[in-house]
Amino acid sequence: MSKAKLIRGPVYVLEDNIDTDLLIPACYLNLVPTIPEEYKKLGSYALAGLPDSFPKFASNPDGSTPYPIVIGGRNFGCGSSREHAPIALGAAGASVVVAQSYARIFFRNCVATGEVFPIESETRLCKEFKTGDEAEVNIEANTVTRLSDGKIFPLKPIGAVAPVIDAGGMFAYARAIGMIKK
Amino acid sequence: MTITEKILARESGASIVQPGDNIWVNAGILLTHDVCGPGTIGIFQQEFGKDAKVFDREKIVILPDHYIYTADVKAHRNIDILRAFVKEQNLPYFYDPGTPSYCGVCHVALPELGHVRPGETIFGTDSHTCTHGALGAFSSGIGNTDAGFIMGTGKLLVKVPPTLRFVLDGKMPSYLSAKDLILHIIGDITVDGATYCAMEFTGSAIEALSIEERCTICNMAVEAGAKNGIIAPDQKTFDYVNARTKKPYEPLYSDRDAKIQAEYRYDVSKLEPVVAKPHLPDNKALARDCRDVKVTQVYIGSCTGGKLEDFIMAAQLLKGRKVAIKTLIVPATRHVEQGLIDTKIDGQSLRAIFEAAGVEPIAPPSCAACLGGPIDTFGRTHGNEVVVSTTNRNFIGRMGSKDSQVYLASPYTAAATAIKGTITDPRDL
Repeated sequence: MSKAKLIRGPVYVLEDNIDTDLLIPACYLNLVPTIPEEYKKLGSYALAGLPDSFPKFASNPDGSTPYPIVIGGRNFGCGSSREHAPIALGAAGASVVVAQSYARIFFRNCVATGEVFPIESETRLCKEFKTGDEAEVNIEANTVTRLSDGKIFPLKPIGAVAPVIDAGGMFAYARAIGMIKK
Repeated sequence: MTITEKILARESGASIVQPGDNIWVNAGILLTHDVCGPGTIGIFQQEFGKDAKVFDREKIVILPDHYIYTADVKAHRNIDILRAFVKEQNLPYFYDPGTPSYCGVCHVALPELGHVRPGETIFGTDSHTCTHGALGAFSSGIGNTDAGFIMGTGKLLVKVPPTLRFVLDGKMPSYLSAKDLILHIIGDITVDGATYCAMEFTGSAIEALSIEERCTICNMAVEAGAKNGIIAPDQKTFDYVNARTKKPYEPLYSDRDAKIQAEYRYDVSKLEPVVAKPHLPDNKALARDCRDVKVTQVYIGSCTGGKLEDFIMAAQLLKGRKVAIKTLIVPATRHVEQGLIDTKIDGQSLRAIFEAAGVEPIAPPSCAACLGGPIDTFGRTHGNEVVVSTTNRNFIGRMGSKDSQVYLASPYTAAATAIKGTITDPRDL
């Protein structure tokens, strides 16, 4: 699916090495993402592995999240290849992760599924935002704006995977370039 | 070119590839299991149609292993999804739980079954698919969408990784194992020190390691962020592979002048047993510096530390001794489970050694508590347990409870700790 490139709303702030067990604990991996009601349920468990001192991520009564933007530090998404991780974020209603760097498989799964944009920040944004701050991410201009004071932070261009992201995921991309039939 | 580049070049039809190239690579094997298989099948059917056929029946291996011994209804439903798909597609390599063909942990079973061959490509819906580079294959973990894509096309878009070379020389000291070597390396380069890279392990100390110990090293490459771990095949590799498959293969090797991104050198004779403290695999400390850590549970199992040689190491220390704390033994596969009976130290089977030492009843093979899992999973933590484990990850909540703490260690250190009840350097026994 192709997503809006201007994302506005409150941010959920995390730091370094947010692993896939935090993103979606293994006890929920019995849910199959391609079954629609289980996809939705995965969203309600997004970031359920965080210590209880963190505010609940998917805190809306319907199991979705009030935070469309997730901010992280280095090595976001490290650990397992479970595609349930980006899917849980996307199913909860998050549209973009902005982190200093990503673990390879998580980044790839974000791109392949088209569930969330995995964008790299130039600077350590987890020190510039706190959970609940309003922000606007502009994926075309490569910026994130802190709406309380209008401060603009640069994002890195998405790079070689841009065509896959623009197409809306691996299958859409492969069809667009004729790798597989329409 | 490096061995990684050469394999990717051959499987993409190119004569030369360079790090950073994005290329379509043929999949030699697609591996999946019960946790990611149903989602992969779902994507395959959604994208290619209900009547679509897999790209090559001979190249798909399905090894359920994660949630096998549980009352969880969805876990059983998921295995039923695999069964239905295997039947519909007539797939030959499905190792069904509850039948004699069941094996257990996929990354220990895949080479055991002869599905890993030097010079080939393996993609698997599990991050520890990097294990199989130990036999000179390019092997990497992927998500369901990429796996569904491979299921239909036999190909995957791959970015060629730059190579980090780790040269390990010197004689292995007593009670040091491959697990210590890889924990040392991850501790040094950190959990993102190899992100997007190939980790190539070489040197006389690697050559001296058994195939199983080489698997332990490559298994944890992903804990440093690597795309793949790889070891050049040698006679040990060929003997292991040829005993398990008749399929032909063509090994590849790094050129002497291959361009690499960085080289790290180790003299293993100077290394000591280590643990990775909570909650990251790079949180390295010498085992002897953690003597004051009281432990409530020892876990020996998983694709990292549940192979036959892991249990031989543990049994060497547990023989004639008693465990002081709850000690859990989970053989990775049926083959390993049988090995506990057939392998003897001074006439006593490993199983008898463990039972005499007072371990918990030995669990049947599966991933079990390595990744927590359903609430009734064997060995899963439920409170503030302090665990010393031969597994691969010690993230918060990894083994179940967010309040438990996991120290990663070698089978020697785990067994020594089981005997003492505090973290123990195995040389101190």
